[in-house]
Amino acid sequence: MKKNQRLIQGNEAIAFGAFYAGARFYAGYPITPSSEIAEICSRELPGLGGFYMQMEDELASMGAIIGASLAGSKSFTATSGPGFSLMQENLGVAIIGEVPIVVIDVQRSGPSTGLATKPAQSDFMQIRWGRHGDQAIIALAPATVRECFEFTVLAFNLAEKYRTPVVLAPDEIIGHMRENMEIPEPGELPVVERTEPQGEPADYRPFCFKEGCVHPLANYGSERIYHVTSSMNGEDGFSNNSPENAARRVAQLHTKLDAGREDIVMTESFDVEGCETLIVASGAPVRAARSAAKDARAKGLKVGVLQLKTVWPFPELEIAAAAKNARRIIVPEMNYSGQLAGEVRKLVNDKNMVRQVNSYNGQIIFPAQIAQAIQ
Amino acid sequence: MAHATGMKYLKQDALPHMWCAGCGNGVVLGALARAFEELDLAPEDIVAVTGIGCWGKADDYLAVNALHTTHGRALAYATGVKASNPKLRVVALMGDGDGATIGGNHLIHSARRNMPLTAIIVNNYNYGMTGGQFSATTPANAFTSTSVGSNPERAFDICELARAAGANYVARETSAAGMKLKNRIKEALEAPGFSLVEAISPCTTQFGPKNNMRRPVDMFEWLKAKGLPASKYDKMVHPEQEGFFKTGVLVNRDAPDFITRYEAMRSRMQAGGRE
Repeated sequence: MKKNQRLIQGNEAIAFGAFYAGARFYAGYPITPSSEIAEICSRELPGLGGFYMQMEDELASMGAIIGASLAGSKSFTATSGPGFSLMQENLGVAIIGEVPIVVIDVQRSGPSTGLATKPAQSDFMQIRWGRHGDQAIIALAPATVRECFEFTVLAFNLAEKYRTPVVLAPDEIIGHMRENMEIPEPGELPVVERTEPQGEPADYRPFCFKEGCVHPLANYGSERIYHVTSSMNGEDGFSNNSPENAARRVAQLHTKLDAGREDIVMTESFDVEGCETLIVASGAPVRAARSAAKDARAKGLKVGVLQLKTVWPFPELEIAAAAKNARRIIVPEMNYSGQLAGEVRKLVNDKNMVRQVNSYNGQIIFPAQIAQAIQ
Repeated sequence: MAHATGMKYLKQDALPHMWCAGCGNGVVLGALARAFEELDLAPEDIVAVTGIGCWGKADDYLAVNALHTTHGRALAYATGVKASNPKLRVVALMGDGDGATIGGNHLIHSARRNMPLTAIIVNNYNYGMTGGQFSATTPANAFTSTSVGSNPERAFDICELARAAGANYVARETSAAGMKLKNRIKEALEAPGFSLVEAISPCTTQFGPKNNMRRPVDMFEWLKAKGLPASKYDKMVHPEQEGFFKTGVLVNRDAPDFITRYEAMRSRMQAGGRE
């Protein structure tokens, strides 16, 4: 057995991925099914020179990680649906303030308290649209324990590179599943560090509203003094209410992610070449989809799977390319309304070609359910 | 030594400020900037974290690092800033609606944690910016735009709350006493652990006119009459204290702060034990 081979849980892999990426500040409020991440942080961060802070609620958790990031620490929190709801207002501050943070939302079954220990994928739309005000965000969804580790590292990298919150959204199955994985050695995976701004400290501006621009972030306590505000602000970080400024400010929050699209949007194709039936899936349903597709291909059916590793920005181009010859697109997901299916439907002229397979009773999606849709 | 002006800590091109004539916020801001100067703090080492409300606009006029956050949550952000870089001097500037009503939970837990930062709560007894509705510090029976028949709720005593929750340093002054206020803020900035200064301040546009204090000067006279030092306040028997409030240093203790306790825990863990 290799030295770094370990049988670990998705949530453990997320915590270790965060430490690998250099995260040294965690603030959170315990909630099933994410609490293992908090427990591991409380155990490991003191030895790593970092801080574990158990806050009084999720509003405070989100506030604390934003403050900690601006003061120079790679910072994150972990929660589930009910806690994620409480984080929304302050998450908006990280978006307009362009503060790099990572939020782990281990998705559980709702609505409301719901089935607290059961899996779901019903937060995709809350991740995208859960806050007031128009804005964009990055979200990744792992389907294996190894991806839990790798996507967490990637989430921190994207957060730093694009100065934005990144949400990692495993479902409860992936968070609690155990798999064998080789822990990467230091240096094996790229880790993006914050770049020191250049130029005269007195001339430093924390923001740049040119289309697609991402300005380097200084840390509080450095020689560059700066302001961050939840209010509409100018490039100097101070309040600015002019319509011209507001238009540029809002647009840049979107265009910076558009400009980085190739870097941010990740999918993986399994036998999609010339497929007549395309299964589009993310998280745990990817596993059932691959199993169902394998059985179907054994019967001579042309079935491919496209895994959405990035959920937001939505992989529109990748889906369109994979579905080029498809007569049918199947979207299995653990929610009632078809949050991903709705996005896929926007991409095709014939809305009837998109077929949903939904689980909303706290149960996993089984390959047999997808096989039925393939028939 | 010449008197401190605090100008180095103010964003002078943003002045004059937007607050109403007679509002106490300018006095508190001046006291804060003078306290920074008298302690000779480097602007780059200061982070001012603000909430939402009239006093929450204070960061617009400060030439130090600033983080203008959401309504009620300034202390949560400030906690993250401080733990991330304990060398920073962190002040949280909040109003009574912000710091003691919607954000009351964070106030309690920042005091309990004894987080080494300074909260400066300007208490003007109402939500001034949104039109003068009652807050958790509006006196019982007072008139506001949402208590036109008088306030049926009772008020919080912010300082007693902070004391009970474990703050190391608690003081109260009024904006009619700028010099005392500056001295209290200085002491708070130097105190270990969680420190809180409550500045009672007149809302001359909303609260005063609705409560028989039509002119700003009426409100200042009211503040001077109602704020009493311990030497006077403590001599009164309970029913006589009604309507008055105690000023000066109310709590001054040196219980270990959160960072100190965390570092002690870290050392114990590194030594391999729970003891």
